[in-house]
Amino acid sequence: MHITDILVTGEPIIYAAMVSIALVSIAILFLLTYFKKWGWLWREWLTTVDHKKIGIMYILSALAMLFRGGMDAMMMRVQLAFPDLGFLDSQHYNEIFTTHGTIMIIFMAMPFLIGLMNIIVPLQIGARDFAFPYVNALSFWSFFFGAMLFNVSFIIGGSPDAGWTSYTPLSGAAMSEGPGQNFYLMGLQLSGIGTLATGINLMVTILKMRAPGMKLFHMPIFTWSTLVTCFIIVFAFPILTVALALLTIDRIFGAQFFTLTGEGLPMMWANLFWMWGHPEVYIVILPAFGIFSEIIATFAKKRLFGYNAMVWSMIIIALLSFLVWVHHFFTMGAGAFVNSVFSVSTMLIAVPTGVKIFNWLATLYKSKIEFSVAMMWALAFIPSFILGGVTGVMLGMAAADYQFHNSYFLVAHFHYVLIAGTVFACFAGLVYWYPKMFGHKMNERIGKWAFWLFFFGFHVCFFPQYFLGLDGMPRRLFITNIVEWLPLNIISTVGAFGMGLGFAVFVFNIYYSFRNSEREETGDSWNGNGRTLEWATTTPIPYYNFATVPYVDEIDPYVRMKEEGKTTYDESKLEPIHMPSYTGAPFIMMAFLALGSFGLIFEWMIVAIAGLIGGVIMMILRSFDYDEGYHVEVDEIKRIERKARGL
Amino acid sequence: MSAEELKTGPLEYRTKEGQMSILGFWIFLGAEVVLFATLFATYAVLFGRTADAPHPGELFEAGTVLIMTFLLLTSSFTCGLAIHEMRRGSVKGLTIWMIITLALGLGFLGFEIYEFVHYAHEGATIQSSAFWSSFFVLAGTHGLHVTLGIGWATLLLIQIARRGLTNVTSRKFFIISLYWHFLDVIWIFILTSVYLIGMVI
Ligand code: HEM
Ligand SMILES: [Cu+2]
Repeated sequence: MHITDILVTGEPIIYAAMVSIALVSIAILFLLTYFKKWGWLWREWLTTVDHKKIGIMYILSALAMLFRGGMDAMMMRVQLAFPDLGFLDSQHYNEIFTTHGTIMIIFMAMPFLIGLMNIIVPLQIGARDFAFPYVNALSFWSFFFGAMLFNVSFIIGGSPDAGWTSYTPLSGAAMSEGPGQNFYLMGLQLSGIGTLATGINLMVTILKMRAPGMKLFHMPIFTWSTLVTCFIIVFAFPILTVALALLTIDRIFGAQFFTLTGEGLPMMWANLFWMWGHPEVYIVILPAFGIFSEIIATFAKKRLFGYNAMVWSMIIIALLSFLVWVHHFFTMGAGAFVNSVFSVSTMLIAVPTGVKIFNWLATLYKSKIEFSVAMMWALAFIPSFILGGVTGVMLGMAAADYQFHNSYFLVAHFHYVLIAGTVFACFAGLVYWYPKMFGHKMNERIGKWAFWLFFFGFHVCFFPQYFLGLDGMPRRLFITNIVEWLPLNIISTVGAFGMGLGFAVFVFNIYYSFRNSEREETGDSWNGNGRTLEWATTTPIPYYNFATVPYVDEIDPYVRMKEEGKTTYDESKLEPIHMPSYTGAPFIMMAFLALGSFGLIFEWMIVAIAGLIGGVIMMILRSFDYDEGYHVEVDEIKRIERKARGL
Repeated sequence: MSAEELKTGPLEYRTKEGQMSILGFWIFLGAEVVLFATLFATYAVLFGRTADAPHPGELFEAGTVLIMTFLLLTSSFTCGLAIHEMRRGSVKGLTIWMIITLALGLGFLGFEIYEFVHYAHEGATIQSSAFWSSFFVLAGTHGLHVTLGIGWATLLLIQIARRGLTNVTSRKFFIISLYWHFLDVIWIFILTSVYLIGMVI
């Protein structure tokens, strides 16, 4: 085998990417060596089981993936605005919309939100860590290696090109040879394991580790959204696991599940995929609702209106999310009756969603709004998301969908919900909880620049696409040189670059704030408006989170604590705190499984088996590991708390 | 995650870690139910799509399947006895019943492998048609679970021999017993909806 059989060749963009990847990698290796940071990297990060650090690693990776997915998006937009330039050929365009969609949903949106959950949920319920810290590290590394595996397909072996939905028979062995599609299957499979594990982990954490006195209906709304999301994860992800496995077996071992020979059923893929895929949409939107609810309550300085209705509407949305999957293929011949049933179930979701929107508005009504950056993202979300939601209802009408299906109308719709919902929420949540993570705020002035650039860019980019869709422009099309389509496409591309600029400013703000922002003194960063327990710890948060866990018997407990002058520190009640030890095993185990997956992708069975054996050996070692962690002694806690609280 | 420990109740439930692990495992089993449900649904959808390969009715043999069922059901029973012995504090009883359980499980696996090889000789492999793909993947996933269970329980037997009954070892055995009973339940579904229906239709 020759190296050029594996490396992707023949395109200047790809050579440029290879060179830049090589340069960045060399630079990172050099810097780590030069500053002697290898030990630090291993001891502090690669082996960590601390939920806060794992959360930060999730968010950093998700930002990197947003960059990658965003680059893909820009390239597509350039192609669509200047179709005569010949910037991308059809094959390359196929690969790029496939990787863009997959990366954005699986490796950007979900990990970003899971990162925020990682950091915030234990703090909100007064817990010291996850129920299973080791498993949490395992989950992160499975996501990380899955994402890396998927990303290298760009330069090694070739990217998948059958869309993020990977419909059979197009994605089957007969029509998509070679490793590209295998990258999709194994990348998603590997990271899916971690997602399922996180779902279970967070569920147990929330059900079993709440502060004494805290009933389920005392929990902060973000924690509620996490719990509901975890239910969806546990019930949806196994479906994806099976679907991916079946297609892998089809492709690599010659089975006939989705083939046209051997009486397989290609439509079964569409069903399995969307039985997972539609709930997946709610996996990335419900936590976003939770984040906005927290932010709106904080900066409206009011208790969230209709707490119970908010919780119940999330539960109902979660249940309904499993009953609507067919709306993704109304046009594929299921018949009028089936289509009608799924059309109605789809529209039902608008009801609980509407309830939520009215509750947010009611919270804002007659309140003294503080227009911080986090709040601006939250406020911008409401009208933008309504635009996405209303067009969703339009798509949900089966009869009308025959017109909209696979047109740019759809592209506009799902970007309206995903960006205004999830991406705004990720940014909002990051800004809002940033002081908790890093001990300083992000600069508000630069933050506003990022916000306005992104916000305007977003509407300029996607609003015209509704009209392109109504004009008949199909999605996944790389030539747009039909005269009527060109102007709107050019406007859309301008908007896309506005968003790109907004993102760049956002990232610059991270650097700028790191250098220049004032360090936080108190834990209650937003002018003392914090309502939930995460604001009751000191900043930076000690690794054990809470010195003494407060008793909670109401919503927004921290409001009362402040009124009564209480804190989460009571020196007379200190006890040694039990903590788990750091370990490199999760990293190593997942590295082995990634190696095995890599082998399977190229159908090098020896490598695949070697990786699998390595992984199994690591599991056996884990089974024999009786490390019970260690205790933080009272003196140590006293020293840390007194220093942090300036006592 | 404090180290406080209850003084009564089964050993595995006395620490908070124990309770959390067991709850986590129950939720995991919920996910496994979805996993198998998806495989069953796939099987049902692809039922009868045998292309040129033999029909299930021509290959399924009541004899083998009944023996397999007998072995697995008995092993679930002996697994229950093992946990019963564990609750009584008897490491020896636990070990013996668990070894018997594993032996029965191995027997089950042996028959399954024999069955698969036999079908392959008759021209029904994972590649021969959509129906047979779904059959082998459904039954094979169950078989793989049994294999993993056997390996896992073997590791636990080594641990109990070394450490005796503690909060941790008892929790691990309790969890694998849940897993083992779960596999039994899944088998009942395979028996009825795959073999019995396959032999009748
Ligand atoms: C940063 C701004 C973004 C721009 C400019 C952008 C642009 C695009 C474009 C041009 C397409 C291809 C449309 C086609 O040819 O059919 C596309 C597809 C897609 N985008 Fe985005 N996108 C952006 C952000 C996002 C985000 C944040 C998500 C998800 C969280 C997302 C999810 C998707 C999905 C799922 C597809 C469909 C891929 C497929 O057809 O297989 N996008 N996007
Ligand atoms: Cu949907």
